[in-house]
Amino acid sequence: MTIALAVALGLLAGVLAGLYGVGGGVLFVPTLVIVFGLDQVDAEATSLLAILPTVAAGAWRQHRYGNIRWRAAAVVGFASIVGVELGVLAAKGLPEHTLQRLFGLLVLVVAAQLAWRARRILSP
Amino acid sequence: MRLVLIGLAAGFLSALFGVGGGIVVVPLLILTAGFPERSAMATSLASIGLIALVGSISYGLHGDLHPGYAALLGIPAAVGAIGGTALQQRLATPVLTLSFAGFLAGVGIWLLR
Repeated sequence: MTIALAVALGLLAGVLAGLYGVGGGVLFVPTLVIVFGLDQVDAEATSLLAILPTVAAGAWRQHRYGNIRWRAAAVVGFASIVGVELGVLAAKGLPEHTLQRLFGLLVLVVAAQLAWRARRILSP
Repeated sequence: MRLVLIGLAAGFLSALFGVGGGIVVVPLLILTAGFPERSAMATSLASIGLIALVGSISYGLHGDLHPGYAALLGIPAAVGAIGGTALQQRLATPVLTLSFAGFLAGVGIWLLR
């Protein structure tokens, strides 16, 4: 039962990853914590490993569709590795829950901005 | 230069909140770097591959990885990703953008909890 649930959630995470260009971690991490009982650090680490086959399959298809700008992907990817190191350092001295809520608000604003953009294209 | 800043922001925020870089990279590529939606999403996917590879190696050295669970989620997800990218090619761009905005709104609300 647990395995069937994990496979179903994995499949769903993959569809979201391929459809929207995200890694799928947004579903992997809660699944690993809630379904398999991992702690947060192990869940985030294991999620990164699960992301590898997901983005490899997705990026292979997107390359075939001609949608990937490889140079930009390399620049963004390398810069974000540096960003991760900075984030890990910053996380130690910051009130995490307040920051998470601020980030949540920011994501909502961005969602509204994208919706506005889509609406403008739909009704010129 | 703009791409470097996008990458830095994505890595920084994902380290702080454990939410993947894609949620940051895709909107920034669309709204600040002028990428069309499909290119932004495809390019984000490729950049995440690099982050996940380096991250997995570094966590692997610390022994925090559970490869069995990763395979149980990652292999079905690889199949799902092939389906998801195929679906993306069939959706009209405004529909894709609107549904992505809905997905982001869901993530935003989840972060507010």
